[in-house]
Amino acid sequence: MISKKVTEYLQMGLIRLATYTVVVFVGYILFDIFIKGFPTLNWEFISGFPRRSGAEGGILPAIVGTICLVTGAISFAFPLGMASAIYLTEYAKQGRFKGIIRLAISTLAGVPSIVFGLFGLGLFVLFFGFGASILSGSLTLAFMILPTIIVSSEEALRAVPVTLREGSLALGASKWQTIARNVLPYALPGMFTGSILGIGRAAGETAPILLTVAAFYLPKLPRSIFDQVMALPYHLYVLATQHPEAEKVLPMQYGTALVLLLLVILFNLSAIILRNKFRKKIQW
Amino acid sequence: MKNWQEKIIQILLVGAASASILIVLLIFLFLGKEAFPFVSDPGIRVLLEHQWIPVSFKREVFGIIPLITGSVLVTILATGLMIPFGVLGAVYIAEIAIEKERAFLKPFIEIMAGIPSVVIGFFGLVVLSPVLKEVFQLNTGLTALLGAILLALMAIPTVISISEDAIRSVPKSFKEASLALGASRLQTIFRVVVPAALPGIIAAVMLGIGRVIGETMVVLMVTGNAAQITFNPVESVRTMTATIAAEMGEVAFGSNHYQALFWVGIVLLVITFGLNYVAQKVLNRYRMG
Repeated sequence: MISKKVTEYLQMGLIRLATYTVVVFVGYILFDIFIKGFPTLNWEFISGFPRRSGAEGGILPAIVGTICLVTGAISFAFPLGMASAIYLTEYAKQGRFKGIIRLAISTLAGVPSIVFGLFGLGLFVLFFGFGASILSGSLTLAFMILPTIIVSSEEALRAVPVTLREGSLALGASKWQTIARNVLPYALPGMFTGSILGIGRAAGETAPILLTVAAFYLPKLPRSIFDQVMALPYHLYVLATQHPEAEKVLPMQYGTALVLLLLVILFNLSAIILRNKFRKKIQW
Repeated sequence: MKNWQEKIIQILLVGAASASILIVLLIFLFLGKEAFPFVSDPGIRVLLEHQWIPVSFKREVFGIIPLITGSVLVTILATGLMIPFGVLGAVYIAEIAIEKERAFLKPFIEIMAGIPSVVIGFFGLVVLSPVLKEVFQLNTGLTALLGAILLALMAIPTVISISEDAIRSVPKSFKEASLALGASRLQTIFRVVVPAALPGIIAAVMLGIGRVIGETMVVLMVTGNAAQITFNPVESVRTMTATIAAEMGEVAFGSNHYQALFWVGIVLLVITFGLNYVAQKVLNRYRMG
């Protein structure tokens, strides 16, 4: 009897060990980048231009580039994703068409990021002739994050109780009036959460921008949406693998990794906090 | 509001929702369009050769077999790591962890899912590869194994969150019946709850595999990029994704090499599409039941 309890206890311990091995491993990665990246982090690094192909100076053009790409991506993806979600939850009837849309969304979610890059290269850069530019990169990223935004927007819409819709319809409001005034206001926070997660993903992705926008070394700020830009993830990749003095620029690599990591964690954390806050606050 | 306005809004919404279908079709169309000329010259059979030598003064060879075996090797190793850690992690979070632990673990997993792949690749390159080189006495630490470890790490959040959902949706009565019959907590978990959640867990693993095959930056940075057919975990390999990322920048648009890279993209797309399709089918059926 006792030995049975002991084995059970040990097995539980093993499962706990497996879980915390992952946690510790990831924790160590974060710790390593924080500790080694922190000394590089200063005002000159954040606000300065790179010199000697990134071996010295700052990363401002990469930060600005990433901000441009992310802003562009979300301004395409949010309206499109929101409208798709409204259609799917409020209008579409169960059936073939809805099934196909669902299949398309889950397919899109599974397309490898480098394939999005190839697609962006073929469609935007070459076919539409946008060239390697902020516009091409933003559109490619927008398509990549679209499924995230649709799925979380749908979730937000479904969380609004049916009674709110019924009440409005019973008072004679039209369907769209009901959605616009009685459903959307309550669903918007949830939709924003999904968008923030999408922004975080777009900011960290390298493969799609590799083929559609990213510049190897371009120490100036973009002037129009048809310019190439540097971007944080690509800059890190270049410094770590392509730089002739990769060993010497290690502090710059860690600094760039830390800025990118902080940016992405900031987005993800605020999405999580926002979501939890609204889940608690709204009591139907 | 007038009827025709309602109609217009509805049409706009249908249009937006159809965009996803259009994008998927365009992806297939444009990959096919760029890859197609390869069929007549030099012919599609060239892709089945056993060597990938895209730049050569003598003869260029575009056999994608070594790239496929590279991807397969990394994926098998990563899956081997991802299943135990992902599934046990999900079991732990869903069934064993106390409330306070869960309040920490769940956001942690979400943050983990958000870490950019280039950052993980960078960590592997500068921190883990020297360790691996030392431990296995290798010439280089940049191997399939290192790629697999990091890819498993990237796929684990997917596996955990979908498996956890599946485990949680097992009816409480199953568990209660098992416990009432005198089964222990672990017996209940592994003989009742996990088997009942198995379709969801399998789907979770398949989606994780899809992520691993499609991941680019990590493998590009840490697997050494030698295009060779090998099944030795501590050798360098070159995956399909890394090949596209590394070579597309330097290739002449429209050349055979360019078209061959699009073929690699098509193979990738077909594999991930298949995995995803089956996983969704499993998840949908499971939700019905």
